[in-house]
Amino acid sequence: MARKITYQQAINEALDQEMARDPSVIVMGEDNAGGEGSPGEMDAWGGVLGVTKGLYHKHPGRVLDTPISESGFIGAAIGAACNGLRPVAELMFVDFMGVCFDQIFNQAAKFKYMFGGKAETPVVIRTMYGAGFRAAAQHSQCLYSLFTHIPGLKVAIPSNPYDAKGLLIQSIRDNDPVIFMEHKVLYTMEGDVPEESYSVPFGEAAVVREGDDVTIVALGRMVSFAQDAAQALQKNGIHCEIIDPRTTSPLDEDTILESVEKTGRLVVVDESNPRCSMASDIAGLVAQKAFGALKAPIEQVTAPHVPPPFSDALEDLYIPNAAKIESAVSKIREYG
Amino acid sequence: MSQIHTLTMPKWGLSMSEGKVNGWLKELGDGISVGDEVVEVESEKIAGAVEAPVAGILRRQVVSEDDIIPVGALLGVIADEEVSDADIDAKVEDFLANFVPPSEDQEEGGPAPVKIEIEGQRLRYLKRGEGGNQVLLIHGFGGDLNNWLFNHEALAAKREVFALDLPGHGESVKAVGDGSLDTLTDRVIGFMDTLGIESAHLVGHSMGGAICLNLAKRAPSRVKSLVLVASAGLGQDINGDYIGGFVESQDRRSLKPLLSELFADTNLVTRQLVEDMLKYKRLEGVTDALRTLAGKLFPEGRQAVTLRPALDAFGKPILVIWGGADQIIPASHAPTPGGRVQVGVLNGKGHMVQMEAANEVNRLIDDFLG
Amino acid sequence: MSDTLNRERLLRAYRTMRTIREFEERVHTEFATGDIPGFVHLYAGEEASATGVCMHLRGDDYIASTHRGHGHCIAKGVDPVGMMAEIWGKSTGSCKGKGGSMHIADLSKGMLGANGIVGGGGPLICGTALAAKMKNDKTVGVCFFGDGASNQGTILEAMNLATVWSLPAIFVAENNGYAETTSSSWSVACDNIADRASAFGMPGVIVDGFDFFAVHEAAGEAVRRAREGGGPTLIEVKVSRYYGHFEGDQQTYRAAGEVQKLRDEKDCLLQFRRRVTADGDITDAELGTIDAEVLALIDDSVVRAKADPKPGPDDLLTDVYVSY
Repeated sequence: MARKITYQQAINEALDQEMARDPSVIVMGEDNAGGEGSPGEMDAWGGVLGVTKGLYHKHPGRVLDTPISESGFIGAAIGAACNGLRPVAELMFVDFMGVCFDQIFNQAAKFKYMFGGKAETPVVIRTMYGAGFRAAAQHSQCLYSLFTHIPGLKVAIPSNPYDAKGLLIQSIRDNDPVIFMEHKVLYTMEGDVPEESYSVPFGEAAVVREGDDVTIVALGRMVSFAQDAAQALQKNGIHCEIIDPRTTSPLDEDTILESVEKTGRLVVVDESNPRCSMASDIAGLVAQKAFGALKAPIEQVTAPHVPPPFSDALEDLYIPNAAKIESAVSKIREYG
Repeated sequence: MSQIHTLTMPKWGLSMSEGKVNGWLKELGDGISVGDEVVEVESEKIAGAVEAPVAGILRRQVVSEDDIIPVGALLGVIADEEVSDADIDAKVEDFLANFVPPSEDQEEGGPAPVKIEIEGQRLRYLKRGEGGNQVLLIHGFGGDLNNWLFNHEALAAKREVFALDLPGHGESVKAVGDGSLDTLTDRVIGFMDTLGIESAHLVGHSMGGAICLNLAKRAPSRVKSLVLVASAGLGQDINGDYIGGFVESQDRRSLKPLLSELFADTNLVTRQLVEDMLKYKRLEGVTDALRTLAGKLFPEGRQAVTLRPALDAFGKPILVIWGGADQIIPASHAPTPGGRVQVGVLNGKGHMVQMEAANEVNRLIDDFLG
Repeated sequence: MSDTLNRERLLRAYRTMRTIREFEERVHTEFATGDIPGFVHLYAGEEASATGVCMHLRGDDYIASTHRGHGHCIAKGVDPVGMMAEIWGKSTGSCKGKGGSMHIADLSKGMLGANGIVGGGGPLICGTALAAKMKNDKTVGVCFFGDGASNQGTILEAMNLATVWSLPAIFVAENNGYAETTSSSWSVACDNIADRASAFGMPGVIVDGFDFFAVHEAAGEAVRRAREGGGPTLIEVKVSRYYGHFEGDQQTYRAAGEVQKLRDEKDCLLQFRRRVTADGDITDAELGTIDAEVLALIDDSVVRAKADPKPGPDDLLTDVYVSY
């Protein structure tokens, strides 16, 4: 797999290939066509960061521009999914789910159960999350733990270009509603991605690195920080195992637990705010199900309990980094 | 001899940019013969020993266990005892001062796989070496050209060696037609035609061995000699549980124990090896291709095609190599040596003998091809 | 589908309205016994609206309903026996007892669910209508909503989106005068909900919701336009409910005698009966026969709902995902 493309290109390619494969796949979102009805060039944007660029002309009539009406078009994607389409809706920033959360968690997530199993809602909501763009409190949150909390939703959080393509293809083919979380800083990350179509299954964590001393569970952008930390720690003879859950719903509990059974030590790295986060969820899981294996307290490396700040001086402090992970690992290595 | 020889981190496969030192197999001051395993290193994909290219004494161990160094970086120094410490230190200093790790963009000018279309069907191959004496490396069921990671470069030192991805495998087209040996053989012949290879030495592993045999049977003039490594087609036995399990497995948990059956030393089944195999198996069309091939070639836990008569009828040299601990196709399928047929059974090695005992396999093939 | 109200269609309209009325009256009675769990919002009084609209719809047209959804369900063809069992929380219910009164749905009938979220259906119907438009199957989507939902952003967004995308959607605002206890004359800032249609570039019409024929005519025009690619319409149905916001609501906010006066003077079934029998084509006796058949059906549905089994412990964990 010599071909390297970016995370953003991988997402675009997944959409393109699935649209070519299945005529029921459609894409909708704000600024997909660079402002339908504006006098300038169509398809100038492909969404705010250009992720869907090129698809508008390639798949005529199947890439829809939407007004800035997140409830309206996210709900429309859900309704269309009930009527035979496989819509992929782009919710520009995950922070905006504040204005359309009802459609996601009261409608899409509930139909299957509430209607006695008779509904299927194969909708994908792609959304951009995460800090690092100096975009401040309303454009930088993670929030995947909120979706993970809700039965009926699936949540995919790709950490690299390969997973971005494979998980998105799986999301589109999946018959349940999927929230697909794209970290805005990862869009430019390059990696090996097969040109052919493939899907990465849900609920199967990736063991990114093997090691016997400490288990690091990291999500999304945090995976590469964990790799940097593990690389540095290896020089001190500390061997970290890194697990990337890839999806938080379903969550591959077995892989996490098996690893902690082996290492006896756990650091969870999550860019979210700490309360009711994936970090606390996974820590709780391990405390409950692998208590006997633990040799030290579980460490959580997360953002603090504050909104994402604007100033680079503050945002850099806010985001977890490799140094914080290293210090958490060292701390539990020295315990007891 | 009074030269100073540097031992460097090898490059095993296109994606390897650095390796980890697992441990020295020779002590400082030990006498070294050519071919001795001096230090064990590992890439993300696999571990292996670095062999001494020259005889001498291990005079320096520049790296120690767990060090991670770039490809091409200095591991140690072998020199005769008359070489002075000062000269060795100067050489080491000089090496370290001038060493530039390979850039991330890798392979400026290095060999890279090529994809070609033959009658609309994509085939990927990697060519190493020059000189016209042509060799084809043909992998087995579920494999790809990377199965020859530890052999390709060594064999290419004196020859022009092509490793290809069969249809249904690697980055070649995933359609395998009816999945018959003849169809696969046609594709290999098509490959030779397209590249203008009139005749070549054929090296086949497992199912690839059966393809080589079949090609020798159908077009003997295209085959200079045969090297059959843990080859299919020489008997009926095959590990049907492995074949069936491998075809259907889609996750790490079920795949890892299966891949472990390919090796005698299961430590060789690294995380990356499993991950790479999963990446292959997830590609659209792969599971269908493998099902078709398995159904055609290995139905109900038996090999459907026996080419023993073709082996006997082939009037040119044949080298058969087997791992004595092969759990997929038993080493007892190896023919009796004699006449044109040489046989090398490597005790304690598994089905992927060309990876597990790469140095010995390379030597056998090298000597055989001459 | 013919819009002509021939004899057969008139009898069908009457049967639908009568079934809704009987169903709701019976649920009202049974609820008072304490047998029915949860929240129940009754549609009695508004039958002409659901019936007048749904008479124009095909099986594969979609509707989205509200928390007051029984009437829409019945008018769209959902089986009243399954509905009654659902309201009782039985495993034989439309949703296996997992949805209840507020979530009765039957996608095989194009019924996208009663909805516990006020205004929740607007965006969803844009979605089914979008799919219809892209598939070019000439189906339409109808969003029923109340005067309360008319002030929700979702409905306003949906109406805008429906015009922007030129969707085959019909928005039916059933203005029954009260959002829970709050009068629509206070909560809706304009005189009529239909007045908002022009803001979204679509026709807006007002009809008397007690008059089946008026609803039927307005809906016919809207559905025809939608099917022909003419885009969405907003229909405001001015109507009233006979019971409270939910069962148990004492309706202290309503004037004394308000409901009784409506029942006596404006009731849709009464008006319908008068009009069709006066024309001479349909007799009182025929309608009486329907009344008896409907009564038997509802009786039967209650007997069965009471006797049917509740869901078992295993049912708790199923139907969350297609696969997980």
